[in-house]
Amino acid sequence: MDLLGNLALGFATASTLANVGFCLIGVLLGTLIGVLPGIGATATIAMLLPITFQIGDPVSSLIMLAGIYYGAQYGGSTTAILINMPGESSSAVTAIDGYQMARNGRAGVALATAAIGSFVAGTIATVLIALFAPPLTTIALKFGSAEYCSLMVVGLVMSVALAHGSVVKAIAMVVLGLLLGLVGQDVISGASRLNFGLIQLGDQLNFVAIAVGLFGIAEILRNLEDERTREVLMARVTGLMPTREDFRRMAAPILRGTALGSALGILPGNGAVLAAFASYSIEKRVSDRPEEFGRGALAGVAGPESANNAGAQTSFIPMLTLGIPANPVMALMIGAMIIQGIVPGPNVAAENPALFWGLIASMWIGNLLLIILNLPLIGLWVKLLKVPYYVLFPIIMAFCSIGVYSVNSNVWDLYVVAFFGLLGYFLLKLRCEPAPLLLGFVLGPLLEENLRRAMILSRGDPTTFVTRPISAGLLLLAVAVLVVVFLPSVRRKREEVFVEEE
Amino acid sequence: MKSLLASIALAGAAFALPHAASAQTYPERTITVVVPFAAGGPTDTVTRLVAESMSKDLGQQVIVENVGGAGGTLGAGRVAQADPDGYTLLLHHIGMSTSATLYRKLPYDTLNAFEYIGLVTDVPMTIVARKDLEPTDLKGLIEYAKANADTVTVANAGIGAASHLCGMMFMSAIETPLVTVPYKGTGPAMTDLLGGQVDIMCDQTTNTTKQIQGGTIKAYAVTSPARLDVLPDVPTAEEAGLPGFQVGIWHGLYAPKGTPAEITERLSKSLQVALKDPNVVARFAELGTAPSPEADATPAALKAKLEAEIARWKPVIEAAGQYAD
Repeated sequence: MDLLGNLALGFATASTLANVGFCLIGVLLGTLIGVLPGIGATATIAMLLPITFQIGDPVSSLIMLAGIYYGAQYGGSTTAILINMPGESSSAVTAIDGYQMARNGRAGVALATAAIGSFVAGTIATVLIALFAPPLTTIALKFGSAEYCSLMVVGLVMSVALAHGSVVKAIAMVVLGLLLGLVGQDVISGASRLNFGLIQLGDQLNFVAIAVGLFGIAEILRNLEDERTREVLMARVTGLMPTREDFRRMAAPILRGTALGSALGILPGNGAVLAAFASYSIEKRVSDRPEEFGRGALAGVAGPESANNAGAQTSFIPMLTLGIPANPVMALMIGAMIIQGIVPGPNVAAENPALFWGLIASMWIGNLLLIILNLPLIGLWVKLLKVPYYVLFPIIMAFCSIGVYSVNSNVWDLYVVAFFGLLGYFLLKLRCEPAPLLLGFVLGPLLEENLRRAMILSRGDPTTFVTRPISAGLLLLAVAVLVVVFLPSVRRKREEVFVEEE
Repeated sequence: MKSLLASIALAGAAFALPHAASAQTYPERTITVVVPFAAGGPTDTVTRLVAESMSKDLGQQVIVENVGGAGGTLGAGRVAQADPDGYTLLLHHIGMSTSATLYRKLPYDTLNAFEYIGLVTDVPMTIVARKDLEPTDLKGLIEYAKANADTVTVANAGIGAASHLCGMMFMSAIETPLVTVPYKGTGPAMTDLLGGQVDIMCDQTTNTTKQIQGGTIKAYAVTSPARLDVLPDVPTAEEAGLPGFQVGIWHGLYAPKGTPAEITERLSKSLQVALKDPNVVARFAELGTAPSPEADATPAALKAKLEAEIARWKPVIEAAGQYAD
């Protein structure tokens, strides 16, 4: 079979000593920068692009850069769980329940769950890429603006499920997020909106800066309110590894998260972030213990972590099959290929089979290396929590600042972090949660942009959303979710949860 | 202790007098080239290839820093305010000339904030379409567009992007306004063109060559004066029925105003060497472009180009009435 031959070529390419070495360097670096809050894979790969001149071999360069990318997805969840500081945009969701698990003394279990979920998701997604990359590309191309718009509607409807407190407050947060998403240049007309005459607000607000502020800085402020409570919380760490019962409960969320992440990762844009949010909503919906969500639910870590890692892997598909970047990291990979003399396009698999299949095989090797690296590290990470907080928090703040600054080399982003840190603290006091706000911020601009573009393409005919089959299907799904949310029985259950909270 | 203090004072003094001997000994440390766009894009790639080669000639690392945002004006503004010591440079494309009109409130004066080093490359554009669009040649496309002006859609990668400029130029050349569909970046625009969601786009060869070769999109014309080696079957716009339609995404290297002439001359020489580097020539060719000839890689040529292009685009942008702020 052709596939076996291709995979054999891929593994032969990827398992040479040099390439495994580059893969290891990549995932190590990725884990490190994922752990440092703010510094994303994009900034790191951009900084390392010049090194690829020295490596000289396109396959090795790409294997290393790809390792950084998915290694960062692994590492990003570590700080999200330990200190509520999402190192990567897609691990913002992991912070919700992962950090609560850590506060309950289950940091080790949360970290292990994230690592195992990511490994399983990475493995399955790699197989998917090998088997179905071309047909999946065809589906991705069927997604026009109308389909995206309907997909965002589904996401928004689901977002209400993210909150574990008051629905009204959750909706308010989503709306605030949508409004923040409007800041910057209107894509269609080029008009500036809500920028108060500041050129720094001419573009969108920086997602990482907002996430670091709302989650991380706000949490630091809260912890500083009372130094003693935190030390007490962190002192009692129970069990580093998941129990048999934990394994049983993480299996289904991991598989669902993988499926969701794989599907959404193919779509250009914020696929992986959306996948993590969607996975969280679904897990909460199907769980027999929804009251645990927001207070340390294992499924709330397993699902989203798997989803974001699967999404990170499948976002390679458009680049590998079409030569089109699905996100800024993929754009960098394409830049790296061009520097090496390979211009990626629709024929890259046929013209450079060793590169194409070698990269795919290296992803699996990289995932294996990551889990081998990360499981033993868990004990070390958990020990980090024993560092006195008056030592830890200034270090966290310093790394955050360096990280956020490094993305655009822009001081303005630090002001954004500070502002959203204060806002986040204020919202915490009001018992409003930051997660729905972030989702609104991610979805709002995409929803608006695609809605308006779909209307331009249909020459102002709104029936385009229901006459295109995929779009109509997604809208039906949104209606179904709404019905479920407002069905009396479910609602009662939800209110019980709410009462219990108080 | 005293000697320590003295050496600190000495070090301070050394820092305070960096300009005195700088022109003769330049470059003494790492040079930063600001690219006012995200890493990984065509301008970034062009810059990295040239910077790598210039490093060898100058004997100092030339590193690339991406300062994206606001259509390239944030990065340009950063360099405009940098120390004019030759260690902070700007590599910007055609947007340097168009943003002078597209932005009514620029934080710098385009013609008076920079010193010129030279032109780097002039990337040709291609007029492309979804692969199942009916017309078979550019003449047919123009007739088709005129007959269906209400429904023919032209994609672009956002206000001020190369594809936006070329699209405006195309519509002005055929004297027919079509339906403009803006995207956030070339990636999504190209995806929708491949998926047949939009009809036409005019974009740089750096983005379109591989897709044309792979048969996933249809090419009607290139906007360069002569056909391209990588796309020998695609006629020039001139041949295909749009005389005078030439658009190129030209790239120039700039330094902040006040940089000593000795330094800009030295950089210009280095740029000329880099543009003859076989590796640079080969990589540029794969992207469907070529390095600027030596006569253009000079301060005077870049200055003339910038002035001419500002004058050329002003009426086109004002007629379209679209501004970026």
